[in-house]
Amino acid sequence: MERDNREVKVRTENLTKQFGDLLVLDNISFDVKKNEFLCVVGPTGCGKTTFLNCLTKIYTPSKGEIYIDGEPADPKRHNISFVFQEPSAFPWLTVRENLEFGLGVKKVDKKEIKSRVDKILDLMGLKDVENAYPRELSVSVEQRIIIGRSFVMQPDLLLMDEPYGQMDIKMRFYLEDEVIRLWKELGSTVIFITHNIEEAVYLAERVLILTNKPTTVKESLKIDLPHPRNIADPKFIQYRNYITEAIKWW
Amino acid sequence: MAGADLKLLGTDYQIWKKKQRREAGQYYLLCLVGIFCFFAIWQIAVTAGLANERLLPSPLQVFETIIEKFYQKEPDGNTMLVNICASLQVALSGFLLAVVIGIPLGLVMGWFRLAEAFFRPIFELVRPVPPIAWIPLVVVWFGIGLQAKALIIFFSAFVPCVINSYTGIQLTNRTYINVARTFGASETEIFRKVGIPSSLPMVFAGVRVALGNSWSTLVAAEMLAATAGLGYMIQQGRTLARPDLVIAGMVVIGAIGAVLSGILSYIEKRLIKGQKNESN
Ligand SMILES: Nc1ncnc2c1ncn2[C@@H]1O[C@H](COP(=O)(O)OP(=O)(O)OP(=O)(O)O)[C@@H](O)[C@H]1O
Ligand SMILES: [Mg+2]
Repeated sequence: MERDNREVKVRTENLTKQFGDLLVLDNISFDVKKNEFLCVVGPTGCGKTTFLNCLTKIYTPSKGEIYIDGEPADPKRHNISFVFQEPSAFPWLTVRENLEFGLGVKKVDKKEIKSRVDKILDLMGLKDVENAYPRELSVSVEQRIIIGRSFVMQPDLLLMDEPYGQMDIKMRFYLEDEVIRLWKELGSTVIFITHNIEEAVYLAERVLILTNKPTTVKESLKIDLPHPRNIADPKFIQYRNYITEAIKWW
Repeated sequence: MAGADLKLLGTDYQIWKKKQRREAGQYYLLCLVGIFCFFAIWQIAVTAGLANERLLPSPLQVFETIIEKFYQKEPDGNTMLVNICASLQVALSGFLLAVVIGIPLGLVMGWFRLAEAFFRPIFELVRPVPPIAWIPLVVVWFGIGLQAKALIIFFSAFVPCVINSYTGIQLTNRTYINVARTFGASETEIFRKVGIPSSLPMVFAGVRVALGNSWSTLVAAEMLAATAGLGYMIQQGRTLARPDLVIAGMVVIGAIGAVLSGILSYIEKRLIKGQKNESN
């Protein structure tokens, strides 16, 4: 496999997470490089969300530690955006206010907030509904609010937990290209969780395949294709089939 | 390509908004019809002789008594306006005191574990005591003035304020808290920006109950030797065997209660947009 000389962004060392007797993450170690786009695939309930929750200090690891830029991960210090698996737009805020929320927490100045939010509203096609409340919109539009809310942070580290599960194919392709564009433009590091193997191969520089519980890393597979990728390319199909084969054992 | 679809979204939304406004209009019309029917049936029952007019005066007669009371002091010694003001003063001071103390207490109790440990037992002890049971103590402490009556109202309004704020903030969706946390918000910031707004619908439901309690405890509070007030007027009506005066008092209490509740709904609408399921 090819060497990657970029700096390490996220280092996971001997990460173990237990819920009572249930061992979920079993002594996992891996690195994510700076500016890398990593997709994580794994069976339902294997602990993908749990890993992200450990990374953002929502859960405390049972053993091991996760470092960002060499320091223990801490959302107060690092500029992280997390697109949660479940709908998470604040119902009491309008679309625009939802997008402003994280920037307000980080105390970005007002003018900067406005210009960034305007740009994202356009990008996500939310301009017409900027004063609507999430409840008044459909689930897929709500998901766009959430994705917009994390893009607008211009995060250093972007965590996405099956963000496009609710979307129709067209929207999905559109947003997949958008996340690639954002990643290239901002130089962020992206950890993207998905159940969709085609999506993983379409997006990732590297795919991390996890095993069933107790979970370890089964394989780390580099996808050596230039972006934008063509899903009909024989090499693409070869990667897709390979991963499908690898996870048949779930 | 996706742009065209995204545009459509906006017009759909405008149409939907318009439809909602029309439905609201129909709703209010039906409300008026309902009230009208209620009084019509009452009037018919009395004029047709189904009810004894000495015991149940007709709505028109009650209406006359109400109008009369606005410029006549007899028989209880105050005009209607004086009575209304006296009652509002008592009820609102008790109610506002309960809101100002009860809501913050409930919110803090529901959010911070230590605060819960400290306040919860005291609250649970006080909670089951009916507000009326405080009357003897309150009279000994404060006599029979405004303070005493307001305090009794306070007890009736305080409990729902605390309980609803407490439960409301405890029901805050974990995911919302986690969103704020991953953006790096501090604990107090999460309390302010996530806990409080997400609890507001429940808090308002509590305030609504509190307002109803305050207004309905009024008559009881005004039994404490009042010299004015709607409750006092009703008492006088009973003593003098004037059912029209009693019902006039009841109607005014009901009407003012409805107005207060309307004001509350207005404030509620302004404050908690987006969290009510208006559509279905
Ligand atoms: N707070 C918790 N308490 C107890 N068990 C938990 C908790 N959170 C997760 N688990 C358990 O840990 C395991 C992994 O859960 P997790 O949500 O991380 O899986 P996942 O890989 O994200 O699954 P999915 O693909 O369905 O999103 C599950 O068996 C789940 O029941
Ligand atoms: Mg998950």
